[in-house]
Parts: sequence; C-alpha cells; structure tokens
Amino acid sequence: MSNGKKETRRNRPTLTPRRREQSRREFLRATVLTAGVVGVSLLGFVPVIQGKAMRLRPPGALKTPDDEQQFFASCIKCGQCVQVCPVEAIKLADLPDGFGIGLPYIDARAQACDFSCDGLQCVLACPTGALTHDLDYPADTRMGFARLARPKACLAMQGKGFKGQARGPDYAGLLRYEEIDRWNPIAVADHPYDLEICDLCVRQCPIEIRITQCEAAETDESRQLARVAQQMGNECPPKHAITLEPVDRGDGVRRMKPTVQEGCVGCGVCEMICPVESAAIVIDLDKNADTVSGG
Amino acid sequence: MHYIKHSLLQVFGYKIPRPAKDQQSPEVKAIYEGKRGTLSKADLEALRDEHKGAFFTKWKRRRWITLILVNLLFVASFYFDVQLVEGSLTGARVIGFHFADLNAALQIVLAYKHIVLNLVIGVVTVFFLWLLLGGRTFCAWVCPYHLLSELTEYIHLWLVERKVIKNHSFSRKVRSVFYVIFALLALVTGYTVFETISPTGILSRALIYGPGIALVWVGLLLLFEVFYSRRAWCRYICPIGVTYGMVGVLSPVRVKYNAEACHHEGDCRKVCMVPHVLDLTIRGGASDVNQDVTSDCTRCGMCVDICPTSSLTFEVKGLSKMLK
Repeated sequence: MSNGKKETRRNRPTLTPRRREQSRREFLRATVLTAGVVGVSLLGFVPVIQGKAMRLRPPGALKTPDDEQQFFASCIKCGQCVQVCPVEAIKLADLPDGFGIGLPYIDARAQACDFSCDGLQCVLACPTGALTHDLDYPADTRMGFARLARPKACLAMQGKGFKGQARGPDYAGLLRYEEIDRWNPIAVADHPYDLEICDLCVRQCPIEIRITQCEAAETDESRQLARVAQQMGNECPPKHAITLEPVDRGDGVRRMKPTVQEGCVGCGVCEMICPVESAAIVIDLDKNADTVSGG
Repeated sequence: MHYIKHSLLQVFGYKIPRPAKDQQSPEVKAIYEGKRGTLSKADLEALRDEHKGAFFTKWKRRRWITLILVNLLFVASFYFDVQLVEGSLTGARVIGFHFADLNAALQIVLAYKHIVLNLVIGVVTVFFLWLLLGGRTFCAWVCPYHLLSELTEYIHLWLVERKVIKNHSFSRKVRSVFYVIFALLALVTGYTVFETISPTGILSRALIYGPGIALVWVGLLLLFEVFYSRRAWCRYICPIGVTYGMVGVLSPVRVKYNAEACHHEGDCRKVCMVPHVLDLTIRGGASDVNQDVTSDCTRCGMCVDICPTSSLTFEVKGLSKMLK
C-alpha cells in the first residue's frame, strides 16, 4: 500500500487510486508470469543443445545424422505412428527430452523396428510428414548405422554358438518369423535357437531376410513374374546390410566377424537380438548408409 | 459488427467499454429504469433457493460426460485397437479423416515453415467443426486440463472462502503477449516451444500412451492455480484458448443474455472461468435487451445453470428462430 503513494501521475482520472494500484500489481505479476512461463518452456532447449534428446527415430524421420531440428519442428506429437506399429517399437519421449517431448523414438534393445508391417505403416500414419513419405521400402530408410561395439563380447568372434532363447525367458520383445507366421510377430522368447556359430544379427536382419527371399524368388522359375514386379518397384534391397566374415587368428578356432555393410538402415534388430549382455552390436545415430558410403 | 469487434477485444485481453447512455436501446434503458428499487434481497434469496440444484447441474453434467467420453474414445480406440479415433488431441484420424489441433498446426507451420497437405485437410476440418460448435467450446467440452483445473478450482475457492489464501489476478493482456511470444519462438527457434509445456497435449498423451514425468509439470500448474491464482493457465496463458476464441467469433453457438428479468446480482460472474465476458450482466452493461456473450466464452454453461432468473441461455443463431 505504501507504494501507492508514489503514484503521482494522474493520466487516467477515471481510476481510483486503489484500482490503479491493483492494475499496477496485475501488470507486475503478468510480467513475472511471462518471464517464468517462457523461461520454463525454453528450458526445453537444454537437452536439445546437450544432444540428450537425440534418439533412434522411426523410419523416414526428417533428420540428418547430426541434426534433428526439422523432425522436431514438423512432428505434431499425436502418436499415430505408435498406434499402427505391429511390434509396438515406437514410444513417445517424455519431459526430460525437453522440446523432444512427445516425439516418437525407438529403444532398439527393448524392441527394434523389424519392418514386419511391410508397408512402413508409421510413415503412412504420420499426418505431418515428420516421417517423410519420400521413402517406399525398408531399404530406403536411414535411421542410423550398426557397429560392432564390443567385438570381444561377440559370440561369433569367440567362435561360439548359441542355444536357447536369445534374450532369456522374460524378454517381451517381438519379431516376425515368416516361416512360422507371415502376418503376426511372435515373442522372441517363444522362438529358441540352436546355432553352431552365433549369427543372430545376420540371421534376423530384416534387410538380409528380404535379400534372401529375393534371391530365392529369382531361382524359382514359377515366381518369375512376381520377381519382375518386385524388382520394378525396387523392393529388393540393393545392398547387403550385414554379413559374417571369417576371421583367422591362427589358433584353429573357427571365428566369424559380423561385418556391417553399406545397406544397413539402422533399424536396430541386431542390437535387439544380440544375446550378449549388453549388446555387442549397437546402432550409431551419427552415421547412416549415405554418410558411410560418402554418397 | 460489434459482436466480432468485442469478441476479438476480449479474446486478446482488452476491455469492452461499457455502453454509454446513447448507445443503449430505449427498451433496455426502460428495463434498467423499471428495476430501480424493486429488487429486495429477500426476493433474490428466495429465487436463488428455488433455483439451487445439485452439484451436477444440467450443463455441467452434460459437459463432463462429453469431455470424459471424448477423451475415453481416444484411449479405448488405441487400447482395443478399433481405429475409431487414432492419435491424440493434437492430431488425430477420426474414422480415417484427418483432424489437427489448430494451435498445434500453427506452431508447426511457424517452426517447420512448410505446409503439409494432410495438415491442411486436418486444420480445415477442425476449423469448421469448431466454427459450428463455438470455438472455445473446445476448452470446456474437450480439453482434459480444463476438467482437472475445474476440479482443483473447488479447492481454491474453498481455501479463499476460509481466508487461507487470496486469489491473485493478472493483467489479462498477458494472454496476447504469450500468444505472440510463442508464435515468435516457434518461428525463430524452429522448435514448437509451446508444445513442450502444453498441459492439453501432455494430458492427452498421458491418458492414451501412459503417464510420464511431464505430469509433474501439470501438477505444478494445478498447485499454482489452487494456491495463487484461480484458473491461471486457461485465463492468462494458454494460446490454444486464444486460437479457438478467434474461431468462435463467427460461431452460431453462443450464450444469450436477456436483461429483462436479470437481478444483476452477479452469481454468473462468480462461477465463470472468464468472468469478463459476463460484464454485460452488470446493471447498465448491456446495450440491448438481448445480447450475445462474446466468443471468449467457453460455452461451459455454468452461468446458464446458476442464473436464478434464466436470463442466460444457450442459443444457436439462426436455428433458434427456426425452432420457435
């Protein structure tokens, strides 16, 4: 109230001193409110600048390996991509991602994108083109790039096989095994393996699976027509994504090295299926098939 | 058109000047004159008691049911995978048709600086939807934050009544400031800054995709409203309300005020989230016997429910005449 006496100007004679004091306070409060709310909203910039909001994004995300700004700008945060994904690989980011809140991402180790929807459903569902409609096939996606991060832990590098459930009995992740069910993904835990030498990252790679199918179709005379149709649409991935190469250490052990090739799209299935804890092979976000091949 | 001008003034936080004597129609002047000294407090109390309803009054019941159903539709649609209403409140596909929240779409256009066809379709659809239904009707009948805020408002009012706390008001012009700042931030930074803190988006996603840390922010907003300033987010900050307030300017769904029986006791202004729109119910505040409440009104119907003399009613312009 003592502040009221300082108000000497009377440019608005209709207001009583009390009303003027009230509107002065309302103005001050509004100023503080503006600074506060705008300040809080701008805190969302922090994780973005720190790079902590960078994540593995769904296929077609409008981004380059080192810049996600366009993706952030164009996503309406509706989650329609989440809803259509048959393996429920897509999640929405939370408040610690700052401006990235509500943006779709994939935690590959928990559940990678295995393209089992066939038609890139998330891209089709996206109402804003934040997942760009420019790509037609899984091989066109550029999510990231796989890297054998811990070669010493890799079972194939040790010359070891693998028997049992890839990620243990409690793992909830799903994959589509076409030979079991063409249309519905099943739990990885329900599909135990018995491998002489572990090749899970190659065996389950969606790009490699597709290449194998295309090659099978090529040798099968009766499916020639279908093959032509497929190749017209460039459905067969043009490049391999990952292969097993023999390694000779001169100790007589048969060792194999998973070698990432230029056709890798970074979907994360290799990281997901790797039976070693933690995964020997991971997805790098700062690279993709284009930057690696220099194209 | 006075209605459009007055609506836009109020949406952007400006005051509508009270009508001068010569701006009032002779009929309304006569009504104001005739009421002089005729209203006793006892009469008013009697009328009030007669009009007192249960907690769930007619329009509140209808509104809460609608709001909960709309949000449940999103949840159930995903949960049971029936693909009726896919997405969330910021963007959805309703039986295959694109819907886009107008404010979210605006933020994207400013940040992304491209126009996407699907977004245009969604925006046009939603624009016409709320043009028909009343603009800020979205706030009171759909926005999940509105319901939470309405519930915590009871705690606020209870505390104020017991003089535990005092309500603090802000200059309403701050809304326009927020609107411009968030638009500029999207344009300059290239990020949809407002969406980061929008409780509407956060709550809608939390309902559909599961809760997260972001709910802490919503909680803080509610605490601020309970202990410091009544309905502060919706009244002073939210740009979504401003966007839909502008859409509602041309809407036929309005609350109509009739000055004839009004006691000017102000019960309506006490329950209203945006009481400035009811300034016309103050004695001498209306320029005609019948006048529409401006588009800053959320069409929540609280005033319609509480009015002891039924001086405030819902109307659908054009349709009301046909129905008579």
